[in-house]
Amino acid sequence: MVKVLGWLAVVGIAAGLTMGSAVAPREVTQGNVQRIMYLHVPAVWVAYLAFIVGFVASVVYLARRRDTADRLAHAACEVGTVFLGVNIATGAIWGKPTWGTWWTWDARLTSVAVVFVMFLAYLLLRQAVEDPERGARYAAVLGIVAALNIPLVHFSVYWWRTLHQPPSLLKPGTSAMPPSILAALLINFAALALLGAYFIARRARVLAAEAEALA
Amino acid sequence: MRYARRALIVAWKDLVVERRSKETLNALLFFSLALLFVFQFTLGPDRERLAAVLPGVLWLGFILSGVLGLGRTFLVERDNDCWEALLLAPGDKSAVYVGKLAASLALMLVVEAIVLALFTLFFNVDLGPALPGLALVIVLGTLGIAAVGALFAAMTAQVRTRELLFPVLLLPVLVPVLLGTVKATEALLLREPLASVAHWWQLLVAADVVYVVAGLLTFDVLLEG
Repeated sequence: MVKVLGWLAVVGIAAGLTMGSAVAPREVTQGNVQRIMYLHVPAVWVAYLAFIVGFVASVVYLARRRDTADRLAHAACEVGTVFLGVNIATGAIWGKPTWGTWWTWDARLTSVAVVFVMFLAYLLLRQAVEDPERGARYAAVLGIVAALNIPLVHFSVYWWRTLHQPPSLLKPGTSAMPPSILAALLINFAALALLGAYFIARRARVLAAEAEALA
Repeated sequence: MRYARRALIVAWKDLVVERRSKETLNALLFFSLALLFVFQFTLGPDRERLAAVLPGVLWLGFILSGVLGLGRTFLVERDNDCWEALLLAPGDKSAVYVGKLAASLALMLVVEAIVLALFTLFFNVDLGPALPGLALVIVLGTLGIAAVGALFAAMTAQVRTRELLFPVLLLPVLVPVLLGTVKATEALLLREPLASVAHWWQLLVAADVVYVVAGLLTFDVLLEG
């Protein structure tokens, strides 16, 4: 089952690469640099999906106290952090040629960075608590607080300062994107979502094996 | 025993311990005073620059003394099996959280009032008409800081690296509160009307509600040990 997910991710990434680098047209002003968007934008979507999974798993763990829910929360938050790191790194690489800077304290960059640090702290807490059962409980509480904090971070940082282009999808009115670009974006999103799901499943398995070895 | 009464007993106990030992209060006051000097030395004597960064510096002082003070919220319970006593206390465990929160809030507000007075004195600021609004911002902001702080203090009390872990967990979560309070303080010190920063008020109130509710719902999980 997990293997199937992995192969699906491989196929999806192959399709996404083809769509992103060959089928989608070259952007008029930015040129080929713009193609990094097909990794940059889906990465952040997958990261937030993973955090939602982590939040739900944390709530389920506190309600039911099943180890599987705890391991799912752990794996999802870890994978989400990695994808958010990919999003930040690709954003910096994209920002250098287009904005002329690796980093700027713009609203969306800042809010993503704050969320990134918040979940790094979550992983630190996971590491710091020796007793696994206690660590699971603490991490579940932190996972819930961190997830609830994401909207607050977004609003506060958005009001604090804004310069980034508005979100490309999910905004009122019709999307200004040509269909081939949109298709490439969505296919890459599906591919990265599959990859994220595969990573989470794998990581949860490793965590289970670790728990078994330590028990 | 009613919920409010149980919460009050916890808060009262903490405040009596603090009044008798004055451990945290004394340390926090000296720490804040030292911070004042540090700010003065690092920022230099330029009055204009000082006025421009004052809201940020003020909240930096509040947050840093909060990190120091709040981290100790549950340390007192580790001695003499007090933690077990809290666990054995009858009724809803979130009452313990409310009590701890109230005591920390009271302690922080005392420290902040003194720090604010010292700020106006040393940096020669005229708060005047901004004071009522500022008091409200401080109460709202401190409630948010204390709500997360009390929760995370319970979380880190039993962890070996708690002094390191507590600020690392607390500071990123508090970004919305910090932004809201600094922006609102900035506007108030510039004599802007309260309505002009309405979205920051709303954000602070929303943050307080989210943090307190999250604390109430999850606290018993942390108290298990």
